Amino acid sequence: MKTRYTYGGDEHIYVEMDDEMSLDAFFKSLSMSNAVRDAKIDGVTEICPANASFQVKYDPDVISPAQMMEQIKNLEHKAEDADKRLKTRIIEIPVFYQDPWTHETVMRFRERHQDPNGTDLDYAARINGFDSVDAFIEAHHAQPWFVSMVGFVAGLPFLYQLVERDKQLQVPKYLRPRTDTPKQTVGYGGCFSCIYSVRGAGGYQMFGITPMTIFDPTQKVSYLRDFMVFFKPGDIVKWKPIDRAEYDRILAEVEAGTYAPRIAEVDFDLDAFNADMAGTNAKLMEALNDA
Amino acid sequence: MTLKILSPGLSTSIQDLGRPGFFHLGIPIGGAMDRFALRCANMLVGNPEGAAGLEVVFMGPEIEFGRDALVAVTGAELPPKVDGEPQPTWTAFPVKKGQKLGFDFLKSGARAYIAVSGGIDTPPALGSRSTYPIGALGGIDGRAVQAGDMVPIGEADAIEPGFSVPESLRRGIGTPAELRVLPGLYWHRLTKEAQAGFFADDWSVAPEADRMGYRFKGGKPLEFVDRTQPFGAGADPSNIVDGCYSYGSIQVPGGLEPIVLHRDAVSGGGYFTLGAIISADMDLIGQLQPHTPVKFRQVDMDQALEARHARKNMLRDVRAHLG
Repeated sequence: MKTRYTYGGDEHIYVEMDDEMSLDAFFKSLSMSNAVRDAKIDGVTEICPANASFQVKYDPDVISPAQMMEQIKNLEHKAEDADKRLKTRIIEIPVFYQDPWTHETVMRFRERHQDPNGTDLDYAARINGFDSVDAFIEAHHAQPWFVSMVGFVAGLPFLYQLVERDKQLQVPKYLRPRTDTPKQTVGYGGCFSCIYSVRGAGGYQMFGITPMTIFDPTQKVSYLRDFMVFFKPGDIVKWKPIDRAEYDRILAEVEAGTYAPRIAEVDFDLDAFNADMAGTNAKLMEALNDA
Repeated sequence: MTLKILSPGLSTSIQDLGRPGFFHLGIPIGGAMDRFALRCANMLVGNPEGAAGLEVVFMGPEIEFGRDALVAVTGAELPPKVDGEPQPTWTAFPVKKGQKLGFDFLKSGARAYIAVSGGIDTPPALGSRSTYPIGALGGIDGRAVQAGDMVPIGEADAIEPGFSVPESLRRGIGTPAELRVLPGLYWHRLTKEAQAGFFADDWSVAPEADRMGYRFKGGKPLEFVDRTQPFGAGADPSNIVDGCYSYGSIQVPGGLEPIVLHRDAVSGGGYFTLGAIISADMDLIGQLQPHTPVKFRQVDMDQALEARHARKNMLRDVRAHLG
């Protein structure tokens, strides 16, 4: 893992912790972007952590690009020395897999897909070596996920699963992006899952849908009254498979303003996780079940 | 006091200077594509430079005024008319209550800015009135203006009409339009030949050019340095592990057509970017019509900062002239 520093025009510095995805790279990027935030450098206007990189936007009239670069580089050791521990939360997100709405969209854009004769889930299960779609769905929701980045469009989380590299699910994006994706579709591209926060274009494979609103510009949804975006990088997510009846029930609760997502405060320790993934995940899910 | 939108034009939206601070949540900076033009329009009618105005694309709206006001139209050469009477651009002119502001056909540029004394007074969202339709933020219900909309206007101090931004303080587009690029980000992914070709080739603005991004076509496909794709990046050589995108950065999906990300761009994604248009040239992009010939010119950081400084001085001169 070798850090690469580069300029994005005269207003941004881009720092890539690694060119490949890993939890180590994500942790280092989150920790270093936090160090930059804590340093309160004059002229910094935005700090955006991403999966294995982060970006700093600054005003070059306040601080020169070279000085900005030097200040950021000087913070790298802080990220390296930092505890690889995170105070965060684990959230249960209900998912209705193989729902009728994403299925309709899957079929509507079939000619843009690698396998026009099946569904996105058939294809994903097959290329990942699963015997059945059910077994693939089980692998998708059995172990928790890290929100490694929020972005693309308003409030959209990218998620990376807390499993060994050889157990990571991988699927390509659509051959040509769709012009439509239902709001709150649970998607998949590369090694990342995502939730489409709004309806719109998209290239990720579609597996299901959550009844939980995760972006509400009107801030009417009960759990989004403080802020319109639900996720932040570092959140941990556990998918919970649900059926149509439960989907309808939760949707009605969200709309009535009575739905309370199941959330537990947790500490995540990267070294402990690397030493015992199954054990660490079991503890995370236990905390959630107690919530 | 309101403006009544009689016809909206092609795509007219309420914009101010944008909503920085939420990019890490996927909410773009937004705001006027040509901020210099919006600032000038506001100064002409006595508004704060960052007041909200209307950004008009290619074709003007028709607007009935509910109060006497001072109006300025800057940016693209889109000739304004008041009850059919031609009015100058880059100049403050009065519109009386009940009169209609309309426009002739576009002569040059792509986006005109209409400032009205008092400024547009729709409710701000996350600190800005800028319209961001994907997130349904700002503007009127988060969308472009429509016929029948009543757009609220703030209180204004009385100010004289007739002030004008002299032509020497406006920026021409040039043929071809020249966009200066600071290579960086994932520049190393391109072969030496592709790097040279990008700057040597003749490009033109593609029809897909909007607030999210400007696409260019006509140059040779870009070749990538061979590599085994890193885990999580995706199979195409133009793919990277999804990261943040810089404002102004140039992505080239599949190595085919460069896209410059603009005010409402997605905040991140999985395509490599070869560098970014320098900040001094971002306003200019907002004035490029489809099919405009374009050359990308390589600059270094010192040249980028010099150009930025020159743009600031131009704004300073406008302030001095109108102050």
